[in-house]
Amino acid sequence: MMTFTFFATSYLGIAGPGLDLKSSFVDSLQSFGLSTEMARLLWLPLPMLLVLTAAMVGVLVTVWLERKISAAAQQRIGPEFAGALGVLQPMADGLKLLVKEDVIPARADGLLFSLGPVLVLVPVILSWLIVPFGQTLLISNVGVGIFLWISLSSIQPIGLLMSGYASNNKYSLLGGLRAAAQSISYEIPLALSVLAVVMMSNSLSTVEIVNLQNDAGLLSWNVWRQPVGFVIFWICVLAECERLPFDLPEAEEELVAGYQTEYAGMKFALFYLGSYINLVLSALLVSVLYLGGWGFPIPVEWLASWLSQPIDAPLIQLVTGSVGIVMTVLKAYLLVFLAILLRWTTPRVRIDQLLDLGWKFLLPISLVNLLVTAALKLLFPLAFGG
Amino acid sequence: MTIATSTELICFLVLSTVIVLGSLGVVLLENIVYSAFMLGGVFMAVAGLYLLLNASFVAAAQVLVYVGAVNVLIIFAIMLVNKREELKPIKGLRLRRIVSGAVCIGLLVLLVRVAIITPWPLPGPIAIGEEATARIGEHLFTDYLLPFELASVLLLMAMIGAIVLARRDVYDSELLAGDDMKEGLIEQTPTPLLVDKSSP
Repeated sequence: MMTFTFFATSYLGIAGPGLDLKSSFVDSLQSFGLSTEMARLLWLPLPMLLVLTAAMVGVLVTVWLERKISAAAQQRIGPEFAGALGVLQPMADGLKLLVKEDVIPARADGLLFSLGPVLVLVPVILSWLIVPFGQTLLISNVGVGIFLWISLSSIQPIGLLMSGYASNNKYSLLGGLRAAAQSISYEIPLALSVLAVVMMSNSLSTVEIVNLQNDAGLLSWNVWRQPVGFVIFWICVLAECERLPFDLPEAEEELVAGYQTEYAGMKFALFYLGSYINLVLSALLVSVLYLGGWGFPIPVEWLASWLSQPIDAPLIQLVTGSVGIVMTVLKAYLLVFLAILLRWTTPRVRIDQLLDLGWKFLLPISLVNLLVTAALKLLFPLAFGG
Repeated sequence: MTIATSTELICFLVLSTVIVLGSLGVVLLENIVYSAFMLGGVFMAVAGLYLLLNASFVAAAQVLVYVGAVNVLIIFAIMLVNKREELKPIKGLRLRRIVSGAVCIGLLVLLVRVAIITPWPLPGPIAIGEEATARIGEHLFTDYLLPFELASVLLLMAMIGAIVLARRDVYDSELLAGDDMKEGLIEQTPTPLLVDKSSP
């Protein structure tokens, strides 16, 4: 136990407020005689690689969940031969896509055809920059925070339009146009509901937003203060991820597979990865914005004081850090479960219903929600972060 | 030269090259779809320049507004109306090109002259970085309130104009029939695309 505590203090740098892996890494490299700048440069790729790996593993888990839950919803068994309960099935799928022939249609525009999937995937992965798993467990606590995610997610439609156009296929073009129209119309209520949360937190930073929700555990989560915003955000996120009931851009019965129709092999896999990474990311952001992020339903500070443990002790810091990661992932995967269940139990909306819902229902409601939040903030500054 | 400054310099050079070559591509490329996509790339590079200047909020706003809204709408419009037809050769194309090129070069010379004779303070004002968001908000609601409101009124006018133009069919028919125009403009009951089974 002593050695472990020593390990924790010296190498994980658990001292002061929260885990700070970066400074401890830089310090330990400096003790080997490297300059501070070199040490920081060597630190840079580590959290990025870690988060990228986490995102990929998250996708594999989600794909497995999707297949198993859809099977359960349709009274089938689902994948069961690749690994126990078929957990290796997503790996097998990925491997299959990796070694498939990469076809570019003869009359397609080769350059744009290849660039499209990349433009869809890269912004989604970049957005993981701001997802916090703990007080300091995120790649970068940038000041623009959640606004970065909103602006990055607005790049995606360009990639969709590009691949729809370059495929030289009417279904692809229609799918790309639908995707762009859909994500433009649902971005506005999405941004407005995020704005209401930001107004309560007085900050765009995701860390600040979570910190504000963890004063009284479960009771201080934003979902109680922003119930309407929560529902709007969830609907818009489903629409942005192009999940049923909003999967018009790739509606199989109407458009073959929308903008993905002509894609095969690894390029198709990029779309596939992009949509699932986006789903996991959106679930994580819902939990950050409305469900208290890394917070345990009972604040860990209270638990520590009941057990009469000092909250700054290295071991306690390690435990609270792990609890934070587990809570973030748990909340996100509960939401992913909900999204999968929705996908396999709801019918698809028509395009006019989709646009009506977005422009005539969600937009006014989210505006009213913003106004009411502002009024409540002025009236009850204690409860609504004045 | 430290790692930080050399990285900054490399980023600046790459971004400037992308902006200059990309803008030339937007103007000179024959295919309008390529031009539109290159415009998106130029906007992204400009956002990168803002990031280098430590103005992350402006950079994010640039991406959201220019790439996410303006450029997507441009591409959207091109793809909705992109008819594959051969453009007729215009008379005196060469002369037109020379004249427009001369005008552009004149503008460039003017801008370069302004950039050279202006006494830029070096080093410039210190970037406020993260506080920029709050500062921009303050300015928008105090000394820049009137331009801000005027811009929003202008946008509202443009929006109403677009709606009137887009629904001119309703407008005209209601006007001719002498009905109340407002109702026609607000809502028509959506008719689902169903096959009429009554007629053979």
